[in-house]
Amino acid sequence: MIYREAGQFKTSYAADQQLFPIRQDRISVLILLVVAFLVIPGVAGEYWFSAILIPFLIFALAALGLNILTGYAGQLSLGSAAFMAVGAYAAYNFQLRIEGIPILISFVCAGLTAAGVGILFGLPSLWIKGFYLAVATLAAQFFIVWCLTKFPWFSNYSSSGVISAQKVVIFGHEFASPREKYLLVLTLVAVMALAAKNMVRSSTGRTWMAVRDMDVAAEVIGIRLMPTKLLAFAVSSFYCGVAGALYAFCYLGSVEPDGFSLDMSFRVLFMIIIGGVGSILGSFLGAAFILLLPIFLDIALPWAAGLLGLPFSSATVSHIQILVFGALIMFFLIVEPHGLARLWQIGKEKLRLWPFPH
Amino acid sequence: MFAYRKPALAAAVSLALFAQVAVAAEEQFFPITSYRVGPYGANGQAFFGGFVDYLNYVNLKEGGVNGVKLVWEECETEYNNAKGIECYERMKDKAKVSSGPIHPMSTGISYALIDKIAADKIPMAMVGYGRTDAVDGSVFPYAFPLVTTYQMQASAIIRFIKEKEKGNLEGKKIVFLYHDSAYGKEPIVALQEEAKLNKFALTLVPVAHPGNEQGAQWLQIRQEKPDYVVFWGWGVMNQTALKAAQKVGFSRDRIIGSWWAGSEEDTVPAGDAAKGYMSATWNVAGKTVPLIADIEKVVYGPGKGNLQDPSKIGTILYNRGVSAAVLSVEAIRKAQEKYGKGKAMTGEQVRWAMENLDISNARLKQIGATDLLPEIKTSCDNHEGSGKVKIQQWDGTRWVPVSGWIEGNKGLIHPLFKASAQQYAKEKGITPRDCTKEG
Repeated sequence: MIYREAGQFKTSYAADQQLFPIRQDRISVLILLVVAFLVIPGVAGEYWFSAILIPFLIFALAALGLNILTGYAGQLSLGSAAFMAVGAYAAYNFQLRIEGIPILISFVCAGLTAAGVGILFGLPSLWIKGFYLAVATLAAQFFIVWCLTKFPWFSNYSSSGVISAQKVVIFGHEFASPREKYLLVLTLVAVMALAAKNMVRSSTGRTWMAVRDMDVAAEVIGIRLMPTKLLAFAVSSFYCGVAGALYAFCYLGSVEPDGFSLDMSFRVLFMIIIGGVGSILGSFLGAAFILLLPIFLDIALPWAAGLLGLPFSSATVSHIQILVFGALIMFFLIVEPHGLARLWQIGKEKLRLWPFPH
Repeated sequence: MFAYRKPALAAAVSLALFAQVAVAAEEQFFPITSYRVGPYGANGQAFFGGFVDYLNYVNLKEGGVNGVKLVWEECETEYNNAKGIECYERMKDKAKVSSGPIHPMSTGISYALIDKIAADKIPMAMVGYGRTDAVDGSVFPYAFPLVTTYQMQASAIIRFIKEKEKGNLEGKKIVFLYHDSAYGKEPIVALQEEAKLNKFALTLVPVAHPGNEQGAQWLQIRQEKPDYVVFWGWGVMNQTALKAAQKVGFSRDRIIGSWWAGSEEDTVPAGDAAKGYMSATWNVAGKTVPLIADIEKVVYGPGKGNLQDPSKIGTILYNRGVSAAVLSVEAIRKAQEKYGKGKAMTGEQVRWAMENLDISNARLKQIGATDLLPEIKTSCDNHEGSGKVKIQQWDGTRWVPVSGWIEGNKGLIHPLFKASAQQYAKEKGITPRDCTKEG
């Protein structure tokens, strides 16, 4: 009853083709954006911005990038962190070497650079598939990190190889406080997420899904595999690259190549597995689960231990946190192998029938 | 996502309330970003165990610093930069009220925090690691690479070799074998300058992380036949190098490591191969130091020790944690002298104290830390304050100091820091302070 589209008639093509065809979806997305843009900046503290919201949005963007490649186009990749590294270092170098370049242009150029590198490492996908492709993208992971370490030009000959991101100035205004950085990241992520939502339902997105579901059949109905796959790599890497630039400029402030390790690629992959493969919403849910749950456990466990009077050291808390986290991942994968996004979908169906379930 | 936020927020609020009550009495807060689990957990346990034990010791022995009790909160970083930032942000509100220096014990985390601490006015100590050009305090008012930096350490090692070679290195061959990362690359500039000055041939041999395979590198070293190998290793790479050196027959007493490559964790697993190996260190090992023995008595006597495995007392890393805590507590003392005894000090006040530290050997003797660490005297344009290390040698069972405190070539190295700090200031748009006006 709550979530029923009865009575919503689409009388024009435009109405039928809009991004969120159901009124309830439109309203909830709007509310979500209003809350994120207007309410949260008013109520959240610095800790929430710099330790939780900014990394959440950035990783959601990276997960979104990987989801386009893996979830929609069906190409398994283990190189997301490396593409993020390309984005971070490219944005730094554009800022450094081109006098007076606006930071947003640097971010876009960083995304494009990552897209170029993504296409290069996407080439093997034309011949190999599945797990073998994952191994090929693993090469990207190691090669890019090695390359950024090996050639000091990328880090402007810094003796340690660590780069510190320049100031973020847009139209003469410096985005220095965590609140401003949050708003900047939120704007970029919101725009890119809506763009992704739009892209996956367009003909581009449909060809990706056709390739994912069965590439031979897709070829038979006239989809050219090479441009389709490479476009997926390019778009995915673009998203990861922008996420990497934001990671350096709006989150950490200084990054080194070793920070973009295989571990981080796995985390992004886990985000889409937990959140939902082939779902825009899933990227956000997965990022929230993987990033926020450990922090929540970290804060809640000592508090609970204090209530029960148990002597917990910070190391014990860390161990228990890993245990609980691992157990929850297994629980979710067994109960809902299609991820949190699927749970949300089931919830929506339930709401639609409520209060008269079959 | 929203389901998790509310309880987390509630927990955070209750923690914050609790914190307010706790700080209201005169207590000096120490935010500790520690790591006791994860890949470097074993190192962290010893270091942070020593750090917490000394804070506890000051509380038990003297009732705090002039009556101000030392309190602390630990947050586990697992040596992970993102977690380190989360920890810092979590403890920041408390630390803004009163704060001892933060010791991240991780170069990555210290780099990530360096802008934040300056904005939040919380001092950070990076004793022997971290951003080395922070030696120039005019650009980095809140960051303190105390005691020694990689560059000064490399320079001191060269000086030690030079003394061994009777003051002449001309025509000698030195190989620099290093972990191919930020950590391993930092001393290269210093070594190149030293090579120019002392006319020895320097060969750079990188080892990729994690360094558990070094066959090719040691083959190259065997062909080069260097007089010495200066070794910047880390973790598993250290024991591998020692074993590989034994295999190719390179004498271990001609290998000199950095202080990250000079703990029991590095030599014990290498067994026989480690005997004779030397490394730099900025603190000595052992329980013969009166302070360490006293900590064992005062803190571990009533069972209030932080280490789960008390056999780590007196190891290099444990003593290093104690030394870092000594520096921090001395800074609190100094700050209280200026801003009022018996009061909790803010980060800003502690920062002043860290910039005006003067810990003489006499003072070290007073607290029982004779020869545990070198003398330190910091100033606005010298946040390092010492630049001295000792060379120690592994005799098969323990580390034995084989030199006095050796100072690196400050005249050669410090201008490098200055140049690098100026470049940083330019990139970041920071106007450096005028050090002549600081008191």
